[in-house]
Amino acid sequence: MSAPEASELGGGARPRPARRGARARSAAPSRARRVLTPLVAVVALLAVWEAVVDLGLVPNFLLPTPVQVVTALVEDAALLASHSVTTLAEAAAGLVVGVVLGFAFAVLMDRFETFYLAFEPLMTISQTIPTVAIAPLLVLWLGYGALPKVVLVVVSTFFPITVSLASGFRSVDPDVIDLMRTMNASRWQIFWYAKLPAAADQFFSGLKISATYAIVGAVIAEWLGGNAGLGVYMTRVRKSFSYDRMFASIIIISVLSLALMKLVELVQRALMPWKRAERNSNER
Amino acid sequence: MSAAEKNLGVGSPGAGLAAARPADGAGRPDAGASRPSAGAPAGGVSALAAEGLTLSWDGEALVTEGIDLAVMPGEVCCLVGRSGCGKTTILHALAGLTTPVSGRVLLHGEDVTGCPGRVSYMLQKDLLLPSRRIIDNVCLPLVLGGMRRAEARAKAEPLFERFGLAGCELKWPSELSGGMRQRAAFLRTYLMGADVTLLDEPFSALDALTRVDVRRWFVGVARELGLSALVITHDVDEAVSMASRVYVLAGAPSAGEPSHVAGEVVVRRADDAPGGFELTDEFLAAKREVMSLLG
Ligand SMILES: Nc1ncnc2c1ncn2[C@@H]1O[C@H](COP(=O)(O)OP(=O)(O)O)[C@@H](O)[C@H]1O
Ligand SMILES: [Mg+2]
Repeated sequence: MSAPEASELGGGARPRPARRGARARSAAPSRARRVLTPLVAVVALLAVWEAVVDLGLVPNFLLPTPVQVVTALVEDAALLASHSVTTLAEAAAGLVVGVVLGFAFAVLMDRFETFYLAFEPLMTISQTIPTVAIAPLLVLWLGYGALPKVVLVVVSTFFPITVSLASGFRSVDPDVIDLMRTMNASRWQIFWYAKLPAAADQFFSGLKISATYAIVGAVIAEWLGGNAGLGVYMTRVRKSFSYDRMFASIIIISVLSLALMKLVELVQRALMPWKRAERNSNER
Repeated sequence: MSAAEKNLGVGSPGAGLAAARPADGAGRPDAGASRPSAGAPAGGVSALAAEGLTLSWDGEALVTEGIDLAVMPGEVCCLVGRSGCGKTTILHALAGLTTPVSGRVLLHGEDVTGCPGRVSYMLQKDLLLPSRRIIDNVCLPLVLGGMRRAEARAKAEPLFERFGLAGCELKWPSELSGGMRQRAAFLRTYLMGADVTLLDEPFSALDALTRVDVRRWFVGVARELGLSALVITHDVDEAVSMASRVYVLAGAPSAGEPSHVAGEVVVRRADDAPGGFELTDEFLAAKREVMSLLG
């Protein structure tokens, strides 16, 4: 080891890493414990739920038991799958359009100050508009087909994507831009090498939120009218008071949202390989 | 002795180093064709000169007023001054990142006021891009200049050992220690390839022992390659121990008193003195002079 590194480690700093390591080890629960504990909690909760209904504390026509829900899930598997495909397709289409539009808008806001000043307040306000509230309007305007569903998903994903990207672009250290200017970097190169990576973290956070909005947005639009999709399935089983199948569809929606979030996480991991190194050196 | 120093001592890698630099003086104007610049010591055209630089960030409150300084070819000069007196502001203007209220920046006699990209500039922070591996970080100036990535990597790779970074090529910046990040920033600055280098407190992020090592190593590289460098520091010892001349900046811009060059101290270097230059009377004399100019 060369002298510079040796001196960095020396000088009273040596005992500290050991102590920090010891504290980290006693604080972090083991992997088995981290997996088993929530599992036990969920199983216990399901057991209580099952018991409450079986003992007649809550009438079964109001609350199905977990076993009944699973049975419904299995019985209606084919039907649920085909409705899921519809919902997923609408959510995916809306998400893609929302991301593309949000990206374009964020780039324009970054490139043109006037554009940023004009739309920044609007973007913030738009975050407070419940998209559920505009869903009935979209159905009125665009009918019972797939279009109002996709549009609702676009509307509810566009804003978080735009806001996260625009603030991500702004988060880049101005000194980095100065440094790149001294290297004769073009505007495009500054965007590609500095701004885009700086925004990646916030972009993926926004995308994860958008992914859940996308599924929920599509389902809500389907509630209000349509021929297929999990929302349509839900309104139908509600009318026939089959609450077990209602619960089954809720489970499917939650699983789809989780899967989409996981997918975003996988894409993020593939596109941001430096994050793993950063996490490791933070733990050290 | 550090790895960097050891590498410096053996052989003559200077030729290889020079070959790796992308545009060694290429396209620069003929020094002889230009007029002499203000502030330059007698004889020859300065590599870099500031003529009456008056600087401001907002166009109203002046940070500096009438700064004259010059760095001769192959010379390492230091600029010292208290924190906040405008050293970084001056370097930004010399790098062409800002346009002065008045005054000129001359590079080998050519007016380059407000033209970025003509000198190698290392800013106060290492500013490594967290999303690029070390090799791609140091290659950045080459790649931005249009070189293909593979070619740039091949050019930079042989330099890693010289810069004390062997084995770090494919690491991410977050995996490096402060000293190594600093050396990576040095290597990147070096690959910018201009023959004039501006360094803004390049050693301040390092602890005392590392700092001395990296500084000695830098002075060795600069001398070997004949770099002209202007180095900012607020450490008087550091300035005197590396520079052939020290410019002292005085003033308090935040109190409405623009900074000016209070004086220029010529250091009578005696680097082969027993026990090192830092123990000689010449060192002390120069240090005393700088301190009195700082006030
Ligand atoms: N990017 C900037 N924008 C506006 N003002 C700045 C900027 N950088 C520095 N200043 C101001 O200029 C003055 C000199 O700062 P600086 O050149 O950074 O001093 P030094 O490098 O000597 O510590 C300070 O008053 C500081 O507030
Ligand atoms: Mg500074």
